[in-house]
Amino acid sequence: MDLTIFNAVIAVVIAIAFAAANAAYLVLAERRGAGRIQRRPGPNVNLFGILQPPCDGIKLMTKQLMIPGGADKALFMVAPVLAMAPAIMSFVTIPFSDTIVAHSMNIGVLMIFAFASFGGMAILLAGWGSRNKYGVMAAVRAVSQNISYEVPMLITVITVVMMTGSMDLREISLSQSGGIWNWNIFPISMKDGFMLQPMMPISFLIFFICSLAETNRAPFDLGEAESELVAGFHTEYGSMGFGLFFMGEYANIVIGASLITILFLGGWDCPLGLYPGVWWFLLKIYLLIFSFIWIRWTFPRTTIYGLLNLSWKILIPISLFNLLLTAGLLKVF
Amino acid sequence: MNIMDTINSMLPGFLTADGLAGIADEAAGVVFLIMCAITLIGGVIACNSERLVRAVAGLAVCFVGVAALYYYLNSPFVAMMQILIYVGAVCITIAFAIMLAAPEENKKHGPAGPLSGPLGLIAAGLATIGMIGLALKTDFIAMPKVNMGSVKLIGVELLTTYSMVFELVSIVLLIAIIGSLVIARHGRSK
Repeated sequence: MDLTIFNAVIAVVIAIAFAAANAAYLVLAERRGAGRIQRRPGPNVNLFGILQPPCDGIKLMTKQLMIPGGADKALFMVAPVLAMAPAIMSFVTIPFSDTIVAHSMNIGVLMIFAFASFGGMAILLAGWGSRNKYGVMAAVRAVSQNISYEVPMLITVITVVMMTGSMDLREISLSQSGGIWNWNIFPISMKDGFMLQPMMPISFLIFFICSLAETNRAPFDLGEAESELVAGFHTEYGSMGFGLFFMGEYANIVIGASLITILFLGGWDCPLGLYPGVWWFLLKIYLLIFSFIWIRWTFPRTTIYGLLNLSWKILIPISLFNLLLTAGLLKVF
Repeated sequence: MNIMDTINSMLPGFLTADGLAGIADEAAGVVFLIMCAITLIGGVIACNSERLVRAVAGLAVCFVGVAALYYYLNSPFVAMMQILIYVGAVCITIAFAIMLAAPEENKKHGPAGPLSGPLGLIAAGLATIGMIGLALKTDFIAMPKVNMGSVKLIGVELLTTYSMVFELVSIVLLIAIIGSLVIARHGRSK
């Protein structure tokens, strides 16, 4: 079917609904998970707290929007929207199954990274626009973290793109179809005869760490270290401004999990080659999100120097070496 | 597919996929003008705002507008690179530098004589008239589509026909990196 305005509108509406629903219920999952790990119930009124997210939403929307006195009003208002909108744009090109994709692009990977790069701008404008010392410091931290982890992440993606020979997310998924032994995460692939890809588990590990860091999740949540910086770059935000930052953060987590699924875990492919479809995709991304939540509540926060050293001194050299080795192997075989 | 057909049949005529496709062709010109307006507005904000961070935000808007124009011109690859590099890297680096250096809040105006306003106006007017004259005189030819915006062909071209340019650009970047390292080292040894 051609891409008409009508289809585009439907796709965007579905993307917004999916992002919002995920944001709302992942907050609940996060709080339940945190409660479970810390041996307390978490939100548990009416059926595992299923009505908690709508109540939270109503509370956030009915609160007054406060703009601090010295703040730069325009930038203060623009920043939360800028955190949310690019995340929704990225959903447009993610293939949930062989047929369920809003707009398949031959440069899908590139598009997701391009729109993810707006996130840094949003954090900077939020921190600076609210004229809060904590906000500015948190913004500087978060953005230095984002740009330093973008480098190993992009280098690692190049290895996958080289293996597949395509930047189309759908093609990358299809190249891993037919069972767990074809997935990119494993060092061998049986797809087109026997193929050795020994560096892939390392790529997966680097990509996983980088996506934790890119979404500002613990142990890399230096941008909102509440013990040092109150609440980080969104200290001054109340009501729906804060809500939009939260939705943007969880939408980014879903996109990160989807990217890991598509690049390394076979997309919508079933581990045993049976009934591939959107359900496998959703199962995989929610398992990944569960592991994100698990990591967040069981690891202590790193320091900013430890964080930057991990990226520049460990991940970038390893990923460059990984890239060279993968290129060499592709040339030899 | 079936769901889409059902939804289509429930809508009034002008809202169906075919109806909107008809509108889309005519709307393309309007979309082009909107993109130009976004680019220009971003540029005006970047030049005229008193606060430097606002100017950077305007610059980002301008870059997004240019990226939209690239996309409109059937080069999604260039559009995405424009966003990734100019918004995601250049703008953020500039904003970073401004925030860390914390310059004066109010822009200091350089020495400008009383003639700067009128002279600037005359120069801008002449440039505008010249541009309009050129645009009216030029015979615009629709160029044939090259390589359908294919990433692979762009890569092949970069590494064969334009490999010299490609290497030169990478040398320039290398020199920039070494220069910044030298400056940072110099500060650290003191």
